[in-house]
Amino acid sequence: MIDAIFQYKFLQNALIAGIFASIVCGVIGVIIVEKRLVMMSGGIAHTSYGGVGFGYLLNFEPIIGAFIFSVIAALGIGYIKRKGGTRSDVVIGLFWSVGMALGIVFISLMPGYPPELDSYLFGNILSVTSSDLKLIAIFTIIVLLVIIILFNDWKAYLFDDEFSTIIGLKTAFMEYLLLILIAMTVVALIRVVGIILVIALLSAPAAISGLFTSKLKNQMILSVILGCIFCILGLWLSYLTDISSGAAIVILSGFAYLVAYAVKRLLSLKLNRA
Amino acid sequence: MRDIVVKIEGLTVSYGKTVALENVSLNVKEGEYLGIIGPNGGGKSTLLKCILGLITPQRGSVEVFGQNPVKHKTVIGYVPQFAAMDKGFPISVLEVVLTGRLKPGLSPFFKYSEEDKNIALELLKKVGIAELANRRISELSGGEFQKMLIARALAQNPKILLLDEPTASVDPSSREQIYSLLSVLNKEMTIILVTHDLLAISSHVGKLACLNGRLVYHGEPQLNEEIANNLYGCPVDLIAHGVPHRVLKDHDGGEGC
Repeated sequence: MIDAIFQYKFLQNALIAGIFASIVCGVIGVIIVEKRLVMMSGGIAHTSYGGVGFGYLLNFEPIIGAFIFSVIAALGIGYIKRKGGTRSDVVIGLFWSVGMALGIVFISLMPGYPPELDSYLFGNILSVTSSDLKLIAIFTIIVLLVIIILFNDWKAYLFDDEFSTIIGLKTAFMEYLLLILIAMTVVALIRVVGIILVIALLSAPAAISGLFTSKLKNQMILSVILGCIFCILGLWLSYLTDISSGAAIVILSGFAYLVAYAVKRLLSLKLNRA
Repeated sequence: MRDIVVKIEGLTVSYGKTVALENVSLNVKEGEYLGIIGPNGGGKSTLLKCILGLITPQRGSVEVFGQNPVKHKTVIGYVPQFAAMDKGFPISVLEVVLTGRLKPGLSPFFKYSEEDKNIALELLKKVGIAELANRRISELSGGEFQKMLIARALAQNPKILLLDEPTASVDPSSREQIYSLLSVLNKEMTIILVTHDLLAISSHVGKLACLNGRLVYHGEPQLNEEIANNLYGCPVDLIAHGVPHRVLKDHDGGEGC
């Protein structure tokens, strides 16, 4: 495979996309897991399918449509949750399936069936183009910068948003900003693992590193490293056996979480006995 | 004559159709140690949130040092109920206390200074958990967690300290330590304490407010049966510990409770 990487542009693209995806995923994934936003991220991701369909229907880049729809979902869910009244899981569920339904309607309105539609749902890292790569890189850099520049504010907000509000942090602004960062992350990951599988890549590396680290920063770094390993191994598996790359990466991540969880349990049992 | 630091006038707050606070007027003077008691749903937390500027009241006003509390973010140190906190979050004790040193607004590229760190360590010593500075918060006991939250509030260098049930589910020795700490702190700052702990009211607090939607009583920390009846509708609740003490002077058992 090493030779093939130097030979084929598509493999190089796939590898670079995987690394960028792991970086953005590692950082935002930790926040999502620790702030209990996994289901909300699922809602944002699935709503973006409506945007993919919209892009196909109106003949513009579907990934742009996905970005617009996921930002609308992020702000919509965030706004309704803030105002209270309706339970947020209901709102998330509605965005989730209405977004998917809109995508289905838009696509059924156009003549024929777009052949690469599956790659938005299940991802295909091997078909990442240079322009996809540019988008993934830009989104990754923006997300990373926003997190690093305000890191201490984020840490306070994530741990205790009420206290942060009281000492005067702009928590409403930060909440919406975080939701937009999640939307950007989801869009960056769509080409790699797809809308449906995105949740596993967001949560598994972050949750595994949460088992073995005790600081937010370390958890993010370990999560990025794990994400890279899953992406590269998944890519390799997919190249060898010709199975879908998104599925390979996600199954690896899920399996790794189970193993990590079991190891952690055994370790703590041993400690308790000693 | 000491200055009034918190001035509450005709405060009314309702959530939908439920009235949480009705026409509450209350002044807190500088250096006071005010205990607020009342049944669950009596509006204690709502009152705290109004003082903190988290809730805008429908009617009436709250002034902190003569200004709207929203403008006075840093003079009030807040110690929340630790039961509601996320204990699994990956953060150390020192890091939590340091968040009290953050500046209002957004602070890009902000780094805690050496001075911030020294202040935080000093405060951990003051609340008696200096040796736990680098511990992850998930490894703390209830009492240690509560002391950490007090240190975080003190890191803001507040003039008023607001505590929401600081001794709920805390072991007895930590409970005593927390109250003696508060007595020491009271020499430097005003303290407002919401509690269910009636023993604490009798032995530590300087002034008492009883809240049950309305302000039922405000004055010396001694309750009589009439106030207790107004407050809980059942005086038996007041001596649930089974220990007679001077909170409730005369008690001949509530009827129909």
